[in-house]
Amino acid sequence: MSNVYVLGTGMIKFGRYPEKTVPELGGEAAVLAMKDAGLNIKDIEFFACGNLFQASMMVGQRIMQQIGQTGIPVVNVSNACATGSTAFREAYMAIASGLYDIALAVGVEQMGKQGLLGGTGGGDPAYSTEGKLGSGLMPAVFGQAGVEHMRKYGTKLEHFAKISVKSHQHATKNPFSQYRNALTLEDVLNARMICYPNTLYMCCPTGDGAAAAVLVSERKLKELAGGRKRPRVAASVLTSDPWTERDLAMPDVSTLTRSAAKKAYEQAGVEPKDLSLTELHDCFATAELIHYENLFLCGEGEAGKFIEEGGGVHPDLGGKAPVNVSGGLLSKGHPLGATGVANICEVVWHLTEDPRAKERQIPNAKVGLAHVIGLGSACTIHILTI
Amino acid sequence: MGNNSAATAHACVRATSIAPRYTDTEETFVDMAQETQTTDQGPRPIVPFLRLHPKPHLVGKKCRCGAIFVDSRAVACAKCGADGQFTETRLSNHGKVYVFSVVHQSFPGIKTPYISAIVDLPEGATVRANLVDVSPEEAEKDPNKVFGMPVEFTTSVAGKDREGHDVIVFSYRPAKA
Repeated sequence: MSNVYVLGTGMIKFGRYPEKTVPELGGEAAVLAMKDAGLNIKDIEFFACGNLFQASMMVGQRIMQQIGQTGIPVVNVSNACATGSTAFREAYMAIASGLYDIALAVGVEQMGKQGLLGGTGGGDPAYSTEGKLGSGLMPAVFGQAGVEHMRKYGTKLEHFAKISVKSHQHATKNPFSQYRNALTLEDVLNARMICYPNTLYMCCPTGDGAAAAVLVSERKLKELAGGRKRPRVAASVLTSDPWTERDLAMPDVSTLTRSAAKKAYEQAGVEPKDLSLTELHDCFATAELIHYENLFLCGEGEAGKFIEEGGGVHPDLGGKAPVNVSGGLLSKGHPLGATGVANICEVVWHLTEDPRAKERQIPNAKVGLAHVIGLGSACTIHILTI
Repeated sequence: MGNNSAATAHACVRATSIAPRYTDTEETFVDMAQETQTTDQGPRPIVPFLRLHPKPHLVGKKCRCGAIFVDSRAVACAKCGADGQFTETRLSNHGKVYVFSVVHQSFPGIKTPYISAIVDLPEGATVRANLVDVSPEEAEKDPNKVFGMPVEFTTSVAGKDREGHDVIVFSYRPAKA
């Protein structure tokens, strides 16, 4: 296995780009990443493209038409919300295996104002079970996961709301974030309920976006880095749902995250306390709270206490163990296929003191974790070190 | 299965034409397709694991390892991996609420708010359904009253399908003491 490094990264501001196509959005991020790496398309030997909603439409090859058709192998990846991070992992594996020295990973999505995700449809609407046999909508699924934590540990609505306040505060410092407005606890609690216990501001938005990374082997790094320090991918883990008791009725987002986290810490040889920052999959505020425990940032049942003690908050704001200093999915946005690569960009920017993290830079960042979970389910964890 | 044969016999007498809704390639549910088509205009269950005869109830697929699957078309057991080891098992009409969510925003045409509940059944199976006869507002105010609540199975007509059959849906309500 060769060591793998992230040489360049690129990301467009998450938002809404109805005037652009998916390959254009992905192409823009790819060019930014290649420029950041000091390379061009002719240097790229392998390309993994993550996109969900056009998964059958050869998005990767259409991006090549935008940025240069060199005939290299292209794979298109779809893995629910973990689509982008799975594409990153494909690029990682292409290099780790020794087959290639330079690989490009792009995550891209154009969702528009799509509205609610999940639930059932198709066929005779009379047989649609949505709303009749409970709800399969994502807000309900993650609502139930939060309510489970309330039942087990007495967690309060305010705990979830504080996460949203924190992430929106973080987003005010991130020019790549879809939303950059600070909110008070009252704003969050008084916003309209989407699915109890998640109010509007505890749910991530839909949107468009793209992010890209250029990965290189150790050999290429020495040749190309020119003295620049570049983060190593110290762990790359992908898990799926193991069988658990209620999983088929109530998607279990915890078990596969925990097993991925254990494997990732072991692979990287680091402990949760060593993390300078964590970008985790806060599709809903309830999700972020349970992932504090699933990623072992605090003990089982202690997420409420963790929040009360300033856990997850940027050190500039007096917090500790910072989580989602980018603003997270809640504010930065969640264009599904782009999310996993964007999380990794954020971690890289802090580890390399990149100007793109300027206002929110975690001082002296050495180790960062990026976590994504896609319902169905797929969980990726990447740990990067410098 | 005794109940099925009775229902099938009943169906044969009453049915004027059989138009199976479930494809007969899905072996597990072939008997159900026959069972539920009592007449051309008879009610239909919204999902194959809801059986209407002789009285409405749910069925699960039980693996010899003990795991029970509701709404599963699995080839092999998701818990132990054994294939072809399933038997159909009738599920209890009583259970307990594990957790819930209150849905306030949904697709057009779906009335909100309503409680989407995860209900544990005594056989070890878990199902998701609406919880009725409980105020969503009260549930949000005091979720502890809903956790562990004993509930019973009930059915209602959710609407009509394109062919004019009543579509039957199940839900849970607080169990009568």
